[in-house]
Amino acid sequence: MLEMATRQVARAGLPLMNIVRMKGVPILQQLEIEERLLRTSSNNWCIINDGTDKPSIVMGISGKPAELVEIRPVVEDKVPVIRRFTGGGTVVVDHGTIFVSFICNKDDVAGVQPYPRPIMSWSSLLYSHVFQGVADFRLRENDYVFGLRKFGGNAQSITKNRWIHHTSFLWDYEARNMSYLKLPKRTPEYRLARDHLDFICPMKDYLSRPDFIAKTIDAAGSLFSVESTEFEAVKPSSNMEFAPTSRLLTIKELEAACKTSI
Amino acid sequence: MALRIWASSTANALRLSSATRPHFSPLSRCFSSVLDGLKYANSHEWVKHEGSVATIGITDHAQDHLGEVVFVDLPDTGGSVAKATGFGAVESVKATSDINSPISGEIVEVNTKLSDTPGLINSSPYEDGWMIKVKPSNPSELESLMGAKEYTKFCEEEDAAH
Repeated sequence: MLEMATRQVARAGLPLMNIVRMKGVPILQQLEIEERLLRTSSNNWCIINDGTDKPSIVMGISGKPAELVEIRPVVEDKVPVIRRFTGGGTVVVDHGTIFVSFICNKDDVAGVQPYPRPIMSWSSLLYSHVFQGVADFRLRENDYVFGLRKFGGNAQSITKNRWIHHTSFLWDYEARNMSYLKLPKRTPEYRLARDHLDFICPMKDYLSRPDFIAKTIDAAGSLFSVESTEFEAVKPSSNMEFAPTSRLLTIKELEAACKTSI
Repeated sequence: MALRIWASSTANALRLSSATRPHFSPLSRCFSSVLDGLKYANSHEWVKHEGSVATIGITDHAQDHLGEVVFVDLPDTGGSVAKATGFGAVESVKATSDINSPISGEIVEVNTKLSDTPGLINSSPYEDGWMIKVKPSNPSELESLMGAKEYTKFCEEEDAAH
């Protein structure tokens, strides 16, 4: 009885975090959910989407398709190109991608100033617990790497009192999909002019999907009092007033970008 | 950290003591600079009120903490801003960060140079890196903002707490 009471008090001392587990949700829908929760909720959230339904290209807020994407094959193969509401670079996501997003009140994450680098450091500490004893994990120039190979891309959005840090983890990927991406103008120094496939690595070589997700939830549980929330509770509905800013680029926009780049 | 706070306080005290009336003097670049004569919001934006127009940007403290700005999203002229509400965003280090207006009013000018040269926000946060000019709809809102001394202390306390 005393032990149970002690545990409840200990949990009560931690801020609450709602864990939402999804599988195969389209990435645009995931982004819409995240932006709405960031802007209109006052709770903390951890969104986990175990794979997305079809291959998609997702650019950061300032991404220019002509510079980042091989537009002709993308248009021919009808690959969706999405501009998301957070910063950062371009990724190709598919069923092999595991998405983990933390949406937090700045006051519930003690000692972390609401700026990009402190938030990134905080997240790397959380994930260092996930990969402890599994791989040589580190945050290197804002990427998650095993050694010198990137396996996760990060991006963030920071409002006055809240922030989101979201990651697309390459649990597995198809080389063909990676060929849709151009070499960006700005690359991290540690990339050392390597081709994309020599620069990245799949997480599946180190950890199974269920193990990674379980360890991530455990790591979150060391910082927050976690509770499970059903996807139905956060799924967009027709009567929601919030207008998300992440959007699918039209074929017209992609073709115009292609012409501009010639 | 303690030495930096002491040095910053001393430097700021020396700068402020030389001001007998509001002026906009650039200061040491060793620590985040705070200009006398401007007003400051707790979300790290500054306002310079001159006549019927108020110019708004983000502070040296903010640009230093944000990192290299690579993209700026600003509204159009003719729109309106509301006190403590977002009007745009900057991108730095893979993050978008909201910019909040310290006052309410109508946007009369936008700094179009920032679309090609967003780094002006880092190199010249109080001058060439200005973001919008606003015709204040409620000038009394300026009175609730912080002065230079109060804002300096606010920044020091915020940094010390983390």
